[in-house]
Amino acid sequence: MPRDHYLNATYGIRSWLLTTDHKRIALLYLASVTFFFFIGGTFASLIRIHLLTPNGFLVTPEMYNRLFTMHGVAMIFFFLIPSIPAVLGNFLIPIMIGAKDLAFPKINLLSWYIYLIGGSFVLYSFMTGGLDTGWTFYTPLSSVYSNSAVTPAVIGIFINGFSSILTGLNFIVTVHTMRAPGMTWFRLPLFVWAHYATSLVMILGTPVIAITLLLAGLERMFHLGFFNPALGGDPILFQHLFWFYSHPAVYIMILPAMGVISEIIPTFARKPIFGYSFIAGSSIAIAVIGFVVWAHHMFLTGEATYAAIAFSFLSYVVAIPSAIKVFNWTSTLYKGSISYDTPMLYALGFIGLFLVGGLTGLFLACLGLDIHIHDTYFVVAHFHYIMVGGAVMGYVGGLHFWWPKITGKLYPEFLARIAAVTLFIGFNLTFFPQFILGYLGMPRRYHTYPPEFQVLNVMSTAGSSILALGYLLPMCYLVWSMRYGKIAGPNPWPATGLEWKTDSPPLTENFHVTPHVDWEPYDFKNRKDLGLEAGAPLAPAHGDD
Amino acid sequence: MQSQLPLYPDQASNFAPHVDALMLFISAICLFFAVAVTATVIFFFFKYRRKTPGEVGVPIHGNAILETAWIVVPLFLAMGMFAWGAVVYVDFRNSPKDTLDIYVIGKQWMWKVQQPNGLREINELHVPIGRNVRLVMASEDVIHDFFVPAFRVKMDVVPGHYNTMWFRPTVAGRYHFFCAQYCGTNHSVMGGWVTVMEPSEYAAWLSGSSGSGENPVVAGEKLFVEKACSTCHMPDGKGRAPSLNGMYNNKILLADGSTVTADDAYIRESILQPNAKIVAGFQPVMPTFQGQLTEEQILALTAYIKSLQAQPVPATGSGIAPASGKK
Repeated sequence: MPRDHYLNATYGIRSWLLTTDHKRIALLYLASVTFFFFIGGTFASLIRIHLLTPNGFLVTPEMYNRLFTMHGVAMIFFFLIPSIPAVLGNFLIPIMIGAKDLAFPKINLLSWYIYLIGGSFVLYSFMTGGLDTGWTFYTPLSSVYSNSAVTPAVIGIFINGFSSILTGLNFIVTVHTMRAPGMTWFRLPLFVWAHYATSLVMILGTPVIAITLLLAGLERMFHLGFFNPALGGDPILFQHLFWFYSHPAVYIMILPAMGVISEIIPTFARKPIFGYSFIAGSSIAIAVIGFVVWAHHMFLTGEATYAAIAFSFLSYVVAIPSAIKVFNWTSTLYKGSISYDTPMLYALGFIGLFLVGGLTGLFLACLGLDIHIHDTYFVVAHFHYIMVGGAVMGYVGGLHFWWPKITGKLYPEFLARIAAVTLFIGFNLTFFPQFILGYLGMPRRYHTYPPEFQVLNVMSTAGSSILALGYLLPMCYLVWSMRYGKIAGPNPWPATGLEWKTDSPPLTENFHVTPHVDWEPYDFKNRKDLGLEAGAPLAPAHGDD
Repeated sequence: MQSQLPLYPDQASNFAPHVDALMLFISAICLFFAVAVTATVIFFFFKYRRKTPGEVGVPIHGNAILETAWIVVPLFLAMGMFAWGAVVYVDFRNSPKDTLDIYVIGKQWMWKVQQPNGLREINELHVPIGRNVRLVMASEDVIHDFFVPAFRVKMDVVPGHYNTMWFRPTVAGRYHFFCAQYCGTNHSVMGGWVTVMEPSEYAAWLSGSSGSGENPVVAGEKLFVEKACSTCHMPDGKGRAPSLNGMYNNKILLADGSTVTADDAYIRESILQPNAKIVAGFQPVMPTFQGQLTEEQILALTAYIKSLQAQPVPATGSGIAPASGKK
């Protein structure tokens, strides 16, 4: 371990709560998003246990509706959206571009406090009556009819939005202005490109959800008629506004995970990523096209037929950049030198699960097919493959990949591989049966269901217990490794990014001297400093390298 | 009969085979890509596994031909899915002319159904085989969704809007219907059974059960007088308001020069927000009936107004646009 690093630079509770070091703020976020992950995960477990029998035996309908609503709110707004950007992005972006910190360190701390305040309002809502509107807050159910604590939840999510906006702003300014000498745009790690695209969505989309939920809150509190038809409003307007943010929000969750995968795969295949500019460009394309597909959530609201056709078309177009990424990741493995380290297992698991999640999106974008599978378990399975199979696998894989950098310690490799495989199996067993359930016609958000759906529900619940184990395991050994893990050294894998050129854990200032970048990204062959058999290719190279 | 673990629900409407065919088509393409990518990943994973600790991979940066191929080919296939899906959807969204109209009202947490002869059902829907059935749906409170898996159809039922959907039942039997849009506490039990019957059985069932509910046209006629609609909307077109005879499903010329088709949604809007669209040649004098009529009363009025379609159009006209070339 280095003598001085950001963890031992100062001591005491104040040195953490008032820190402006992006690395410490990342750890503050790590603790808080983990807290919300386990709250949301507990709700999910209760849902799955309840659904073991057709009539449900655990909770009342009122409680069941609160469980799936609070599961969604906790997981989406307080775990998935901040997870990779605010934890890994916060920690890594300045180091990856050779900067000492983000452009606005105090705003970075402010965004964490805003997150905490927003989170407190939402927890207050959970504890004083709960929330039973669904995470989608559809009006007029949320704005008129619900008897749950909607107002504090809406205020909490409104406040939390500013945390997201400030983080996005900070990232964009940092990437534009603080790159080290020689760190050109096309030498940026793809993780940074992905976060740049994510930040654009955060800045442009989040204000819309904030305003939308504010309007719903005003309608609830002061009976202003925005969405309630009895007051002259239109409930469909709410859905347009809501999905204008909440569809791009899917890309806020998945793009950073794609960034993580784009770092892990070249590192453990020890070769440059295939099609760097296509992967970088596809991140931007997803961010841009992702803003014009929102009404594919509304094919059956009675929206105009021609509007539906246009949104279906655009939804197929946005699938292409994701496909480009998958093909490029796969091709990166060709003639690589591949190892089975834990982060690589997560990356390959990500490819498989994201592939299923992405391909089933094609089913839902299909107008004719969506008539049947809309609002069924097919949708539930589809977005969990993207959100859990994609975003969470990316997050956990990224945590393992950079854990040695964050803590300076190695985790127990064997246990970590077992956890990765457990997660993969548990995930598929939980969610694959839900595709079939959905096609058979089981609607989502049901606390009781016809008996013919029971077998598949039991399979799903069985899978979820394996999945839960898969999450608890890393939680235990990662915490254990902070104290007892082996010393990692600056570059244990080895990997090529700037973050691996500094100590583990890094100094508060990140680097002893400002780095000068004179190498191309993911270049293993010409990097003598990595200590590999550089310049000894396996076989004659093909392709236009 | 299906096995214990079926992969698809019963097929009992004209849409079911189309939706299932789409499902098979997209599944086949997706399965191909899923297997191809997974097999490639696994193959590379074993073939190129690291042999010595210091080994590095061959630096290959990309290939323009491959990139083009995997942009163009998936885009081409996606457009196929898009086009076929759109064809099925357009068919679903445009009901044929000769429909059997059944009114459906969703409220927390039950479905109220009214057959054309006025017969009421709750959480039950009886339909005949072979007829094009159109459901005209309204909600009394929050958004619901009428979903019949065996028919492969669903449509949101939105307060303040009329949504319609149609299907043609093909196989007799009893099938689940569900509320598919989350609507509050008892969302999961807001469902029931669709009974598909032979046309003769359906006719017998309708007549055998009649008398339990008032024919909506008759109820609407009473309301039309009770609410004083008849004092202005006179059949000869000489009142302060346009005649409603022969109006339904025709083009109406508006004061601003545009035209609108007098469908269920237009009639509903004209009752609740009379000033939204003013018929050419008339003044905006009608009061709003927002909050004064229940959804069922609005449906009854609509049914009555539709029944006037068969009445002769007054010579003075009622803002009905001159027939254009196509009917």
